[in-house]
Amino acid sequence: MSQPSLEIVKPGLFTTVQDLGRPGYQRFGVPVSGAMDRFALRAANALAGNDVGAAALEMTVIGPSITFLVDTWAALAGGHLAPNLNGAPVKTWRAFKVSAGSQLTFHGMQDGMRAYLAIAGGIDVPKVMGSRSTYIPSGFGGFEGRALAEGDVLAAFAPDSEYRARFMPVDHILPPYGDTHALRVILGPQHEAFTPESTESLLSSTFEISLDSDRMGYVLDGPALQHVAGAGVVSDGNPLGAIQVPGDGSPTILLADRGTTGGYARIATVIGVDVDRMAQAVPGNTVTFSTISIAEAQELLREQVRLLEEIAAGPPEVDQHVAVTVDGVNFEVTDADGESLTREPVADPSNPESSQQVTATVGGGTYEFEVTIEPGGDQQT
Amino acid sequence: MIYDALKLIPAGDQALVVELGDEIDADLNRRVHDLTHLVEEQRIRGVVDLTPTYRSLLVQYDGTETSLGEVSSAIRDLEGKPGTASSEQPLVVHVPTLYGGEFGPDLEDIAERAGVPVAEAINIHSSEEYLVYMMGFTPGFPYLGGLDERLATPRLETPRQEIPAGTVGIAESQTGIYPVSSPGGWRLIGRTPLNLFDPSRESPSLLSAGDYLRFVPIDNEDEFKAIQDSVAEGTYETTMSVKQ
Repeated sequence: MSQPSLEIVKPGLFTTVQDLGRPGYQRFGVPVSGAMDRFALRAANALAGNDVGAAALEMTVIGPSITFLVDTWAALAGGHLAPNLNGAPVKTWRAFKVSAGSQLTFHGMQDGMRAYLAIAGGIDVPKVMGSRSTYIPSGFGGFEGRALAEGDVLAAFAPDSEYRARFMPVDHILPPYGDTHALRVILGPQHEAFTPESTESLLSSTFEISLDSDRMGYVLDGPALQHVAGAGVVSDGNPLGAIQVPGDGSPTILLADRGTTGGYARIATVIGVDVDRMAQAVPGNTVTFSTISIAEAQELLREQVRLLEEIAAGPPEVDQHVAVTVDGVNFEVTDADGESLTREPVADPSNPESSQQVTATVGGGTYEFEVTIEPGGDQQT
Repeated sequence: MIYDALKLIPAGDQALVVELGDEIDADLNRRVHDLTHLVEEQRIRGVVDLTPTYRSLLVQYDGTETSLGEVSSAIRDLEGKPGTASSEQPLVVHVPTLYGGEFGPDLEDIAERAGVPVAEAINIHSSEEYLVYMMGFTPGFPYLGGLDERLATPRLETPRQEIPAGTVGIAESQTGIYPVSSPGGWRLIGRTPLNLFDPSRESPSLLSAGDYLRFVPIDNEDEFKAIQDSVAEGTYETTMSVKQ
């Protein structure tokens, strides 16, 4: 069962429903699509208590304004578009509680360009070819096959009732994406189609991301790469992250909405974890390339999976019963919603600096405390 | 040429190109489809998608579940096994097409270039069984081989802004069908009322790589409209025959 959960007040620049895409139909010419930053989508879902492949919102450059229609949990990950909840800044890479009527707004691109909003339960739009992701050029998938517009109401599936708020362990929160991006590649599949000087040039030059960049691919400006005998190959399959080079020598990195096949030689392929990073790179940013082994690249993919499993497992169990004792009488401490702190984690146990404001009603008077967690697990008020 | 042994070429940390040869050739392409079926039947752990093309198969895999070595050796094990696809006769999908007129504004020009009457140009185009070498470019678009050289015509100098879905065209020595409305520079000779790609169908694509396709002339607009209506109602049954 699902129920109406989000209303789009303003759509932002380009907001779509995405999941991990629709593999299995490339042989019919259907692009995979899905989140540009697959790690951020999976992280937002893990934080909101969903399967990592649940449908979420991909928000680009200028975020939307959203009214929540239910009391629930949500999480933001990926690019930092200055999110505010009811007018106060809200942290990314962690879950937050919302109430019916809560307003989520975004106030400008601070770092990266694509943010992901997961809502507990996951967004309910019809699956098309096994996926809820939006493919705009053919107008199918996602919400009516299009980018979200003012007044759209999206439903979410019922959340897991056992949910406890989740955090990205603080030492795993990604450093800012910044303006320069060092991407790692595996050479090939057709690097022999290029002069040795061009491979050298790819690995030693700085390229700028052109404005001609979208969900299909990023076109790079920089030194032209030379083919040995023409740019064309017999058309074959386009892997994610492939760097194809047409006759004008400008490399293009093929991303989520790439065509399934193509006839330009591919000099190298960006590794999976760096395709996620590419999704956060903004036109005008610069990129450089270096090589890495396939085994190392796959170890980085497995590290992502381990981290997502750690988030999904929830914060470590700690005895969080918090009470104050006044003149020998125990009083329960509640959070701002009046719920006992035994039921919700107080603060991020992995973050020694995290804290939370709580209130206690003692003998008719309400007192505010700041709860912090100290190494060792004991809580103090 | 067809290679003596499969060429396995890594394509990043999550894909592998399996190359069987280096040209556009029906026999080579048949081997690609045979290998695709074998890989599917083998259900190799971690393989998430297969894209068969003219002369190679792109194998995409989950790099966290398997490794290049495991996928490569599973594919090497299939080398030389008789293909299941070739033991079945390929299908010929019949595509009713209304030639000329408003739907095929370039047909007369093409007939003139070929030095044959329009009726003969239609006859040449519709008597061939075209191999669907691969699909790509846009959802449901078939790359067809086998156009009679007499009909080969260069693309238009200036592409048209909007070509309706179902339009049948010719570009150089290729013929094809636009599955969705798009701009394009092909010479237009007719239109089919069939829907090549419909995401809401259980099998969204009318055609699969490895099938053959035959254009079947429609007599008039009434017949075109009748087929179009039954396609819209979901009652149209596509005619298929076995490739002889």
